[in-house]
Amino acid sequence: MAHPLVPVPTPETQPYWDGVAAGELRLPRCEDCTTVYFPPSPVCPNCTSRTIAWITASGDASLYSYVIHQRPSKLWNADGPMSVALVALAEGPMVLSTVIGCPQTPEALVLDMPLRATFTPFDEIKVLAFVPAEEQS
Amino acid sequence: MRPGDIAIVGAAESTHIGTVPNVSSTGLALDGAANALADAGLTAKDIDGITTGYFPVADISRQLGIFPKWCDNTVVGGCSWMFQLRNAAAAINAGYCSTVLITYGESGRSTRHLTNSGDFGVRGGMAQQFDLLYGAGMPAAMFCLPVLRYMREYGLTEEQLAAVPVAQRKWAALNPRAGRREPLTVDDVLNSPMVAWPIRRDMCCLVSDAGGALVVTSADRAKDFPTPPVYLLGSGGGLEAGLASPAGVRDPLHPEFIRTSGRAAFEAAGITHDDVDHLMIYDAFAHNPIFGLEGLGFVERGEAGAFIAEGNTEPGGRLPMNTSGGGMSYAHTGAYGMLCMLESIRQVRGEAPAQVPDVNIAVCHGWGGFWSACSTLVFGSERP
Repeated sequence: MAHPLVPVPTPETQPYWDGVAAGELRLPRCEDCTTVYFPPSPVCPNCTSRTIAWITASGDASLYSYVIHQRPSKLWNADGPMSVALVALAEGPMVLSTVIGCPQTPEALVLDMPLRATFTPFDEIKVLAFVPAEEQS
Repeated sequence: MRPGDIAIVGAAESTHIGTVPNVSSTGLALDGAANALADAGLTAKDIDGITTGYFPVADISRQLGIFPKWCDNTVVGGCSWMFQLRNAAAAINAGYCSTVLITYGESGRSTRHLTNSGDFGVRGGMAQQFDLLYGAGMPAAMFCLPVLRYMREYGLTEEQLAAVPVAQRKWAALNPRAGRREPLTVDDVLNSPMVAWPIRRDMCCLVSDAGGALVVTSADRAKDFPTPPVYLLGSGGGLEAGLASPAGVRDPLHPEFIRTSGRAAFEAAGITHDDVDHLMIYDAFAHNPIFGLEGLGFVERGEAGAFIAEGNTEPGGRLPMNTSGGGMSYAHTGAYGMLCMLESIRQVRGEAPAQVPDVNIAVCHGWGGFWSACSTLVFGSERP
């Protein structure tokens, strides 16, 4: 059995994890009120509609706030401290994630910096992470 | 229900707290329950309602020999027992039961049986899928996420953040039961090991074992017990985000659920901030009292760091807060809500180790999860 920290999808969240495996950030969007939300749910948290579609998000985001975790889980294979971040997605929702691809220092991690979604190994799967937007533009 | 219709007539911690090897979480709960019953001069046979959290309520009723006709197993994190007190008050008021035992135990340090980590990380739960992997094993890495943005927004300094545990240590020094009593300075805090930048070890709570319990009944009976009754004057509560992440908090620097909870409690009790003689704000981390003071309306936005650093909450200050030493210096098991309430109750009874003079109105505010839930209680020494 996988490590207890390895996310276990449910039928309702499977499309999100299928997206992650395909290298896409997929989010649920309410077809009635157009709210894009997270985490996935079969019921819109804004209007209670059950007419939900999955969209592929832009991947654009910004750094709302963060800490630098001094002892990240071994499952990350990090070589030192690792950021844990509140990331604001361009589509609206806030997600918990990490910013990689730059030094894990206060100097490199600047609040409001533009980010782009990426996917990074965690144990034997991939999970959502972010990199500074300049890295890929 | 009117303010003071419900009273706490028994209140106690487990016999030992801190490091209590070879006692499970339920063992601590049972010990606390027996102490609270003795404090009330009751036996299990007198109890017809029971609550607990993190393990099945039937585990506790069965082992105590209680056959309740009402129960509550609400789990919303560390303030679960504060919600349970609200629920018990409503149940007594409704006539569902007459005398409720609210029980709590957590071997957060020693055996770690039945601790909250299992509830946070249930496979396939939202926290397990989307949150816990990032901050794994370190609550500071999740609960403290809004701190950096707050610092930038309001100019809160690391020194002011460090002043929170320093202020509370001054209370702990007066309390023989406190886990850490040695003097602490801002420099000590800022030189303690980094845990999750900008959070250092001494900005974090202790990791302890403890249990505790309350006996709650109608105020009409409250004078029949051996200890002075502590009246529940008002209560509030709210839910906001997921259990393991503040990512769902709509306004992370000024969470609405704190205001919702505080307003409800103050309005129900019919009090204003000037009436408050004593305050507990659940401190898992140094920023919690800052956000609590502002959310509850004791100070304006951005002012709480300076308010604490200037000594207002210390011994001799105008708003005595976290007078046991709090989670950061007294004890913190993982779910601190019961210990938080018990200090409020000791202060209202006038029997706290670091007793504040003339505590007639005490406010107790607790959190659940990493800003999943909160609850606010107003206790009083007199029935209005």
